[in-house]
This record gives sequence, C-alpha cells and structure tokens, in this order.
Amino acid sequence: MKTKVVALGALLIACVLGTAAAAGAQEPTTTTAPGATTTVPGQPVPSPTGEAVRGTLFYEDENEERQLVEGVDVTVDDAAGNEIATVTTDEEGVFEVPLPGPGSYTATIDIDTLPEDISLRDEDRATLTFDMAESRTRNLLYPLQSGEGGGGSGSSFFDRAARLFVEGVRFGLIIAMCAIGLSLIFGTTGLTNFAHGELVTFGAIVAWVFNVTWGWPFIASAIIAILISILMGFAIDRFFWRPLRDRGTGLIAMLVIAIGLGLLLRYIFQFQFGGFGEAYRQYNLQEGIEIGPVRIVPRDLIGMGISIIALVAVATFLQRTRMGKAMRAVADNKDLAESSGIDVNRVIGFVWASGAGLAALGGILQGLSEQVSFQMGFQLLLLMFAGVTLGGLGTAYGALVGSLVVGVAMEVSTLWIPTEFKTVVALSILVLVLLIRPQGILGQAERIG
Amino acid sequence: MDWGQILDNSISAAIRPNAIIFALAAIGLNVHFGYTGLLNFGQVGFMAVGGYFAAISVLEWNVPLVVGWLVGLLAAGGWALLLGYPTLRLRADYLAIVTIAASEIFRLSVMAPTFREVTGGADGLSGFNDDWNSLNPFPSGTYGIGFLKFSAAETWAIVVGWTLVLLSVLLVYLLIRSPWGRVLKAIREDEDAVRALGKNVFAYKMQSLVLGGSFGALAGIYFVSQQASVVPSNYSTAQTFYAYVCLILGGTARIWGPVVGSMLFWAILTLTNDTLRELVANDYIPESIMDPNQVGQVRLMLVGLGLILLLVFRPQGLLGDRRELMLEPS
Repeated sequence: MKTKVVALGALLIACVLGTAAAAGAQEPTTTTAPGATTTVPGQPVPSPTGEAVRGTLFYEDENEERQLVEGVDVTVDDAAGNEIATVTTDEEGVFEVPLPGPGSYTATIDIDTLPEDISLRDEDRATLTFDMAESRTRNLLYPLQSGEGGGGSGSSFFDRAARLFVEGVRFGLIIAMCAIGLSLIFGTTGLTNFAHGELVTFGAIVAWVFNVTWGWPFIASAIIAILISILMGFAIDRFFWRPLRDRGTGLIAMLVIAIGLGLLLRYIFQFQFGGFGEAYRQYNLQEGIEIGPVRIVPRDLIGMGISIIALVAVATFLQRTRMGKAMRAVADNKDLAESSGIDVNRVIGFVWASGAGLAALGGILQGLSEQVSFQMGFQLLLLMFAGVTLGGLGTAYGALVGSLVVGVAMEVSTLWIPTEFKTVVALSILVLVLLIRPQGILGQAERIG
Repeated sequence: MDWGQILDNSISAAIRPNAIIFALAAIGLNVHFGYTGLLNFGQVGFMAVGGYFAAISVLEWNVPLVVGWLVGLLAAGGWALLLGYPTLRLRADYLAIVTIAASEIFRLSVMAPTFREVTGGADGLSGFNDDWNSLNPFPSGTYGIGFLKFSAAETWAIVVGWTLVLLSVLLVYLLIRSPWGRVLKAIREDEDAVRALGKNVFAYKMQSLVLGGSFGALAGIYFVSQQASVVPSNYSTAQTFYAYVCLILGGTARIWGPVVGSMLFWAILTLTNDTLRELVANDYIPESIMDPNQVGQVRLMLVGLGLILLLVFRPQGLLGDRRELMLEPS
C-alpha cells in the first residue's frame, strides 16, 4: 500500500511536469554576439580546432542595470610575448579573438580606451594569463566599475541605502511568503520541511510552462500555477506525509525523508526544465519609475503590493476565521486541540495547501524579478530557515518579521561589504541569533533540549 | 551493451577513492547521528574545512603535507566547537540548520573573489601534494587482481585510504565500547535521564561533534591529497546527503555500517550510471526522453528516491538493528 502512495506522488509530479518536456524543444536560443572588429593588420590565423577567447565588457550603473562598454581595446599575446591580435569591443561590449592553438596566453585591456569615469574594479588585473585547452572557448572577465567605488557612483550614501532598503524589503517579503508555510508546517506537525524550497520552484516552473510553452498570459498562468500548487501541497500531505504519520514514523526519520523528497523533486525539475535560468515571456523590459531617491520597476512595485496583500490576508485569516484559530490551536498544542474537537488532519491538510500556495506565489514573484531556475527554491530555503529561526520557529508572525530582517540585512550589508557575501551575511545572522536569543524575536522562551 | 565492462566498473567503484572518502565521512556521521543522535547536515563543511586548511597551510606556510593534514584536522575541531557551542543546548533540528548553513557559508566564502589570493576563488587550489606523490612507494606500472587494474598512483591512494578507514573503524569500535561510548548511546536514548545521572550532556555532545567532524575532515583531507586539487564546487550540500545515504544504507549505529554502505552506494551508483549511459548511447532510450547529459540528474533523483524508500521500508539499512535506531525526536 505504501508503494502505491509513493508511486501516486511521483505520478502526480510527472503528470504536471511532463508538459515541461515540450518546453525544452522551444527554449530560446542564446544569441551569439557578432564577432568583434580586428584593428591590427595581419589577421590572426584561427586554429583548426577552434580555440578562441572572448568576453563582454560592462558595468552596473547606479540602478544596477548592465551598461555595455563599446570601443575598448584588448590585446592578446602568446606565451613568448608575440602579439596575436588587438581587438575593440563592439556595440554589445563583446570582444573575441580566435587563437592559433592550445597553450598559454595573456590578455591585456587598454585602460586608456575605457570611457571617462569607468575603471577596472581591480587595477592589478588588467593583464590576465590563461591556458587554453584544445577546442575550447574561454570567457575572460574584466569587472568594471563606474566612478571610484561600487556600483552606485553619483548617488549619495543615503540614496544607495534607500534603494538597497527597498530592494531588501521586496526580497524579504518574498522570503516571508515562502517561509510562513514552512513555519506553520513545523508548528502543526513538527516536521522541518527540507523540501519546502521545491514547492517554491514548483509554482514558478508551472507558471513558466503555462506562460512560455503554452503562451498563456502571465497573470492567468500565475493564478493557475498557484491553484495547481495548492492541490499539490494538499496531495503531498494527504498521500505522502499523512500515511507516514499514521505509521508512526519518527520526526527525525521524516526529516531525512524530506531531504530525499527535496533531492528527488529538484532533479526532476532540472531534468524537465534544464539547468539554466529562464525568464517569463512578459514584463521583462520595463522602465523604472522614480519615487523619491528610489528607482523601481513597476513589476517589483506591484509584486511588493501583492506580497503585502497576501501577507495581510494570511494574518486576518489566522486571527479571524475558525480555520485560522484551529491552525493556531494545533500549532500551540496538538493533543489539546484534538481533544477539544478539532479535526487535526484536516487542519494540517489545510496548512500544507495554503503553505504551498503561498510558496508558489513567492516563487512566481521571485522568478519575475529575477529568473526561474530548477534550484531557485533550494537557494531560498536556507534564507527561509534564517528568517523563521530569527522570528521564532513555529510562529507565523515570527516568520514574517524574521524574513524581512533577513532580506533587508542582506541587501543593506552590500553598502559596506562585497555583494558576494550577501548570503553569508544572512546565514551568519542565523548563527548569531541562536547564540543570543535561540527562541527568536517573537518566540516564547522555553527550555528546549 | 558491454555488460562485462559495466560490472567491472561497478565492482572497482566499491574500492576506489570515492568509496573511501564517503566511508570516512559516513563514519563521522555515524558517531554523530548513529551513536549520539546529533543531526549534522553539514558534514561537507567539515570536509571542506579540512581540505582547504591542509592545502592552504602547505601552500602559504610551506609546511610538509603531513603537518598540513594535522592543521586540517585541528581546523575541523575548531569548526565543530564553533558550531556546537550555540546549538548543542537546543533541540536537535537547530544543529541541523546551523551545520547546513555553516557549510554553505564556508563554501561561498572560499569561492568569493575577495579571498582569491588565499583560496583560489572558484578555481580552487592545486600544487600542494608533491609530498603525496614523492611518498608513493609503488613504482609505476599496473597493479591488481583479475579484472581489477589500477595505476601506481591509484594503488597508493587505495592503500592509504583503506588503511585510514580500517584505523577509523577500529578507533570508533574501541571508543563506543568504552564507558564514554555508552554515555553517548545513553544520550541518544534519553538525554534527560543522562543529565539526571549527573553527566555533563553538553560536554559529551561536543566531544562527539568534534570526533565525528574530525572523521569528516579526514575524508576531506584525503580527498584533496589524492585528487591534487581542492575546488569549491566539490563541496555542495548534496555531498552530505550522499554520506547519509551511505550510512543509512549500510546500517546506522553499526561499526561496519558506513563502510559497507559506502561501497554498496558507489557500486550501485556506478552501475546505474554506466547502464543508463550505455542505454542512451545504444539508442535503447531515445534522445527525446533523455540525453547523455541528463544521466547525472537521473542519478541524483535515484539518490533521493533511495533515501525515501530506505527510511520508509528499511530504516535500519543492511546491517542495522532496529532497536539501536535514533529515529525519534530527542
């Protein structure tokens, strides 16, 4: 009977995602930029095995938008110091040099040809040495910056802080939506759901399949995807977790099972969806609108509005309705709730369904402002844990507050430290909270362990 | 379909370095999860700390590789203290969340361009294992029995690796049989009862975390030594779950469980991998369903599915004893 349960779950996933296979066929082909112009006489002799080095020069302006840099000279020499070619980047910021064969080369960027105000982020790395293997194309990276420091030249510290703060709130709201389900599931069943990120990815991918593969309008696709995710959440509980609970499977065993389930789903997603990030068909290119010092694209503004409405709705639901009250009761004390006549399994089913729906909404909004990828949910998962732990494990409002703090801290920290440490900041907060206040901001102090 | 070759590959996978690395990592997890009931989901973090510190100490301070190994082990011990201190007084899942988060912190930090000078960024480090090669007593040639054929370098790696595994197993066996080991098992069964008997549960848990983490570091150090490079992409969170599959497959809380589990795991993984590849290459599976690049993804799906099925149907694994299982919340 248990095999039936597992098979059912797999079948359900396969059914919904089977459609994504078709998507692979019409993935947008990546446009290859036109070759760069050679300025030095004596065309380089391209190798028969086709080694080449290329790169794209760009910097991020104060709105974190990519600006391509045209007309910069890059010189490639071989190991003996003989010049192979000097090329100039084209209007796409691309330079490309075919090489005579495998071996060691150096590439030097001519700093004098960079536009005013644009400089190399690391001035010692104007000359790069690299080895070419046979029939490979190698990408060179020359990180550029505008002005003296960071991406935000020309804008004051306060303006940058305000912009990062808004970006942090946007991201924090998304983490919060995903994390509320995680927190409520933990509160009602005791399960630390390591497969919660996959519910986020599931929603985003289903919406993508409707929107891009089948050409539905984005909003309709999003609504359908959320409905399917709600069903999916309910089904996972009814046909997977509930039988396991009825069998008396221990919490730690269930936790390891959740990890297995997450792994299985994540790679089913990759199998069907591919390993690359994809964008939705609509609302890709938008003009930013200025609100005070902050410039924001309408899709992010509306996304934030939707997140806030969804979160207020959840709060009202938890406070005002019978089901909401029952959820809080089960989270507080399961046995007492059961003995006072609450149908605990029904409540848990409801928690799973609504948690999955919220996670899907979060995933769709995140996919809209960034990209849809098979591991977007897993990347959010650790941040959700950080938010939930910070707020207090098992409480709905704690998840909200904690996630907002994590989102804002991640973005605002980039004022002082390099962007690549954003995630490290969030996860360090998690460790620090456990050290200082393990029950979280809103959690109740109790002796645990 | 070359079944003979597939079978040969699978059997030799059971004794190749991968099986050794995961046997060592799983021995560490066995001390944590099997005997003490600690949920360490960041074993790969210990592996990375060990591997990186060994490599960096050789490259930066020019010490012999053997000293590098000790530095790696010490660093992992420090890492365990750092993670254990805030979490070991709390409920079991806090340790799980913190260890997995910490392993990601470490991986993202060594990958960051800011530390490129020391850690090599995303390209990682190499050129630290001259000692490893110069210590190799096997003259170049082919060694092996029957169809199992290994080069001199592989033979050296396999001999050192399995010696480490046997010594680790012996150490765990002796420790678990000692009074100290009995306290660990008692903590797994009922922490409060042990506390009531006047034992310092926190200290015992911490010792267990350091010990198991050191086995993880040993796995990481051995990994980088025989592979001659250390690259951040080898330390993704999935590696920890591989080690868990090895442990649970073999049998949790059993001395030989992690070793048998790891050998079996790599044999099965290679078998499915090679079989799928051959099926795709010979067009038994059409390209429209699966292309050769997707074999790796199917492999990971099977790991996930295997983990679920094992815990649902046979949580004690191959060698396990159901009564010895720490599968209830502490």
